[in-house]
Amino acid sequence: MVKVVVFDYAVGNLRSIKNGLERVGAEVSITSEAAEIEKADAVVLPGVGAFPEAVKRLASEADLIKGFIADGGVLLGICLGMQLLFTASTEGGLYKGLDYFKGLIVKLPSNVKIPHIGWNTIKIKDYDCPILKGVSDGSFLYFVHSYYAKMADAEVDSVDAETFYGTTFPSVVSKGSVFATQFHPEKSGEVGLRILKNFIEYIRR
Amino acid sequence: MLAKRIIPCLDVMQGRVVKGVGFKELKDAGDPVELAVKYCEQGADELVFLDITASYERRGTLIPLVERVADVLYIPFTVGGGIRSIEDIRRILSAGADKVSINTAAVQNPNLIREASEVFGSQCIVVSIDVKRVYVDEQQSIDKTVVETENGYCWWDVYIYGGRQPTNMDALKWAERAVKLGAGELLVSSLDFDGTKQGYDLNLLKELSRRVSVPIIASSGAGDLDHILKALTIGEADAALAASIFHYGKYTVREVKQYLAQHGVPVRL
Repeated sequence: MVKVVVFDYAVGNLRSIKNGLERVGAEVSITSEAAEIEKADAVVLPGVGAFPEAVKRLASEADLIKGFIADGGVLLGICLGMQLLFTASTEGGLYKGLDYFKGLIVKLPSNVKIPHIGWNTIKIKDYDCPILKGVSDGSFLYFVHSYYAKMADAEVDSVDAETFYGTTFPSVVSKGSVFATQFHPEKSGEVGLRILKNFIEYIRR
Repeated sequence: MLAKRIIPCLDVMQGRVVKGVGFKELKDAGDPVELAVKYCEQGADELVFLDITASYERRGTLIPLVERVADVLYIPFTVGGGIRSIEDIRRILSAGADKVSINTAAVQNPNLIREASEVFGSQCIVVSIDVKRVYVDEQQSIDKTVVETENGYCWWDVYIYGGRQPTNMDALKWAERAVKLGAGELLVSSLDFDGTKQGYDLNLLKELSRRVSVPIIASSGAGDLDHILKALTIGEADAALAASIFHYGKYTVREVKQYLAQHGVPVRL
């Protein structure tokens, strides 16, 4: 069975992502223990909390996560977990992220209601993205966020799907064996479960 | 395109779903987990569980129930009722809820909104506001936001303890303050309209939409499909919450969404 570690920042709802991954056949532990992360088949950076708080929690393990990725480990970042993979965030100040994807996390434009909460559609840019297999263009997924990733120009190839809300922002990105979604697959009904299933199948490849 | 949301609300008391008129005369409306699954299958966009007696009886919310729901549900859900501290919020989110809704405690300690949004993020802090119209003779000069409605001039008073106690607080001003403190959404219930099946308080919704920048969930009063349509169009709400029309099987969630789609409202079908 595929062993997935859901990284524990000690804030928010981690049970839903655990349930979702188990539903599609993974063995899941919620932890921030180095030993557990090192022997995991994949790591999920879940999408709960605020950036400064999460970065604080992640700080002592940042090198561990970076090392895990550098060794070819499979990782999925969800919502805030996606944002943590970027260079830096402007949420609550200016905080450094893991800098795997080049870009800055900035606030959504002020001409729309913030947070962006609810079901929105995705426009698929890369149909070969392994986690989007069988997912239709225009599918509705569940979003809850106030900030989005403004990709650096050099990073545009990493965008697999986009969503429009006041501005067009990346809703699925990937590079190497690292995937990230701005929406919550674990809260997006059947389509979301399909994405989690694709992720688990990718680990098994 | 962002869809308008349809949110069945389950008022929970001692582990059962109940429904009443004006927060009183409660009737049994079923098992929370069974209903949650049913609504999810019908295409509900989210669910809200309100432990309606918690604040009044001063006990914690139903953590085991939250866990049971989280184990079978793959759509977002909010839990409210009796939440008084950061620790309460942490427990509910850890049990599997995506958001919490705070009502009485937010009025009594507005700083809780700020603290909670700093720790957990604004997106999971819903401030729930129960209001009742206070009619005034005309646009007299009082320190309240007076608005003209179909029944005359009124302002909206904030109620706490599950609609039992008025606070003499201007609901429109309170809404603006709650958002400044970090509320990510407002869930607005009208005691005048709750359970009456006469439609949502559209004046209230419009006034709120004009004043705050966060999503507004309209609650209380849905009796037919047109009421929901009006809350989302005339009332400019982002989501509509309803209880009795779903619990008693008058409409399914899918029927509501099909009706909205036919009238040009973006929904997830």
